[in-house]
Amino acid sequence: MITWARRLRERGIVGINQRNAEFIMPYNPRNQFPLVDDKLRTKNLAIENNIAVPELYSTVEIEHDVHTMLDTLKHYSSFVIKPNNGSGGNGVLVIGSRIGSHFCKASGVIVGGEQIKRHASNILSGMYSLGGVPDTAIIEYRVESDPFFDSISYQGVPDIRVIVFRGVPVASMLRLPTRDSDGKANLHQGAIGVGIDISTGVTRSGVRANDMTKVHPDTLQPIDGLQLPYWETIMILAARCSEMVGLNYIGVDIVIDRTKGPLVLELNARPGLNVQLATGRGLLFNLRAVEAMENIPKSAEERVALAREKLG
Amino acid sequence: MRDFKLRVLALILFAFGLGLCIYKVNVFGLPLQPGQDEEVWTVQARIAFKGSGKPTKVQFAIPHEAPGFVTLDEDYISGNYGLAVESERENRWANWAVRRANGPQTLYYRISIARDQNSNEMTGGSQPPFPEAPFYPEPYNSAIKAILDDVRLESADIATYTRELLIQLNADKPNENVELLRGRANNDEAWVFEISEVLKGARIPNRILYGLELNESVNNAQLKPWLQVHNGKRWLSFNPLTGQPGLPDNFLVWRIGGGPLVWVEGSGAAEVVFSAARNYREIVDIARKRAERMGSSLVDASLFNLPLETQNVYRVLLMVPLGALLVVILRNVIGIRTFGTFMPVLIAMAFRETQLLWGIILFTVMIAIGLSIRFYLDRLMLLLVPRLASVLIIVVIMMILISILTHQFGGTRAMSVALFPMVIMAMTIERMSIVWEELGAGDALKEGAGSLFTAILGYMLMTNETLNHLFFVFPELLFCMLAVTLLFGRYTGYRLTELWRFRAALKFEPPESKS
Repeated sequence: MITWARRLRERGIVGINQRNAEFIMPYNPRNQFPLVDDKLRTKNLAIENNIAVPELYSTVEIEHDVHTMLDTLKHYSSFVIKPNNGSGGNGVLVIGSRIGSHFCKASGVIVGGEQIKRHASNILSGMYSLGGVPDTAIIEYRVESDPFFDSISYQGVPDIRVIVFRGVPVASMLRLPTRDSDGKANLHQGAIGVGIDISTGVTRSGVRANDMTKVHPDTLQPIDGLQLPYWETIMILAARCSEMVGLNYIGVDIVIDRTKGPLVLELNARPGLNVQLATGRGLLFNLRAVEAMENIPKSAEERVALAREKLG
Repeated sequence: MRDFKLRVLALILFAFGLGLCIYKVNVFGLPLQPGQDEEVWTVQARIAFKGSGKPTKVQFAIPHEAPGFVTLDEDYISGNYGLAVESERENRWANWAVRRANGPQTLYYRISIARDQNSNEMTGGSQPPFPEAPFYPEPYNSAIKAILDDVRLESADIATYTRELLIQLNADKPNENVELLRGRANNDEAWVFEISEVLKGARIPNRILYGLELNESVNNAQLKPWLQVHNGKRWLSFNPLTGQPGLPDNFLVWRIGGGPLVWVEGSGAAEVVFSAARNYREIVDIARKRAERMGSSLVDASLFNLPLETQNVYRVLLMVPLGALLVVILRNVIGIRTFGTFMPVLIAMAFRETQLLWGIILFTVMIAIGLSIRFYLDRLMLLLVPRLASVLIIVVIMMILISILTHQFGGTRAMSVALFPMVIMAMTIERMSIVWEELGAGDALKEGAGSLFTAILGYMLMTNETLNHLFFVFPELLFCMLAVTLLFGRYTGYRLTELWRFRAALKFEPPESKS
């Protein structure tokens, strides 16, 4: 057991205790947390800072709004309803199209207007928020995945998780939804994590439920060695998010939209550690390298250049 | 740097807690194990005399310091007599007085004592003056001189001198000088008095102790004389009849020096007999008495001085930190997932009421039924708070049903069910159903099992008798617990379950060492 732990150490694997004690607590000031936990605030902040995000259609804050929400949405045929304070992709309802008075979920299931209202109502009651506190429902633009992903994704929208430390991207992975994950991009729900070489934006092999894989299990297309589009833009977006919220250790989730390019979906002040399994390398070396840097460049572009040059 | 400060703080806390605990063990003799008993002797002196019908005063010597013992209780049983206790130098006296003493009179003095290793030394030993050499008529004077000269040749200091003298005086085949001296004493007590006089002749400060050697056979016994000489630093004890140094084990010193044991004024002479009985008492009680006697405020501030009900509450509460520490270890070092942080501790406390097996059955059954009802409620699309409230009501209904059912079948265990924390149950059901929905049945069952496992472990820890006893008698151990918990607060190693979680990482190539 001790040798096992030592071997993980040698590979720079960061555990939860170490992440919390050595990176989150000293680098993420507690008072900034609401900025990332509250998606609405993050979105408004991003708009102020010219960071591309999915367009906000409407919010549902009180039960009364639930009755009028369908009217508000009548101009949109596709949209996403999600809890403002949700986590881990819980409570996200993706509507892909309308069929008469009914709606078609991204997974193909038809739902009625009543069910959509009840979903919003559940969000308000705090069903998906941490600790069950009353919440707000956000209705926003439904991202349509870039054609690049068509061959390596099953329904859902793949997203790119970038870990940013002191404003410098240190690791990144691509999360591909599978049939098992029900179109969601969460690794523990069955999505595939694909490591990305941060200096080039080329995918490495992926990991799915602890097994290495080089093909997507549903489409059977190779997932390694692919050059991601917009890589420089994605890195710069992620780097700018870190300074925007004043947190020094965050996970930035970015999606690539068919028409709008990279959009910041959400930020996470306690990013998970699965990225290490996807990239096939521990976070600790890059984290320590950035921690040792005395001067971190001011501009996001320079920080990204630094990452692409110095970090592997 | 921060870690350094933390370690120092933890060390200070730990040392403080442990130090206080060790102090209490060593000085007060508080036991580390529960339910230990110690020998307690109850010694009774019975004073009997014939009343003359006149005002009568009785003065009776009672133990003062009782070296080697701690006094637990004292009783004076004296009917219509007035009582005053006075102490004078190394002795103490009980003074009884009555206006009219008619017929046979009996007074009792009773003392309960326990052995105490810490008060073996006789205190109050200021240097006594050198005694005047007593005057002896011839031929005794020459005989004593000869004996003393003899002994002086064969001794080095006061201790050896006394011992040698006692051996010679008590020899089986005494020389004629000793024989002559022995003729002056017709009983042991008089003989010891004679020895004391001889020692005075050598100008050695000495005194006679009267005491009881406590054992089962002390019944209708009399006090035994014992000899002490002062060597300039302290009193040394000797058996006056053998020269054996030291006091015997279980020797209760009743009074020091000559003079009558009992003095009756106004009536006939009194007869005193002693008896002793051995019984056992909990060590903690004795230690408390001992600490009281030592005037320590540490024991005044202990939990024992609280009302009994409060004490019982603290017996339970003091175990909660232990449960919390267990949760810290299980979550941060092992990596077991539980519902809520300290919920398993609360469940474990509920198990105290129901006993373990019954508690587990109850917990599992209630969660299972509650969960299935909760899933049905889910179909009704209730809002969060009303749904929680509904689950709570259902939990209460289930508890009533279980109580009634088990009572019908003659069980008594279920009565304590009422104390099962129903809000905790309702929250557990709610949390479990949400995890079930969001992460799947596997995760929900895993977390449920984790909670139950933690609760069982917590129960076993929190009901451990030794630990219960330790934390109640030595609440300062909480500082040690705090120290350990603080250290765990900076534990940055892997959790045991992470070794499994990251097992795929072992396939990675370890990086080239960048030195």
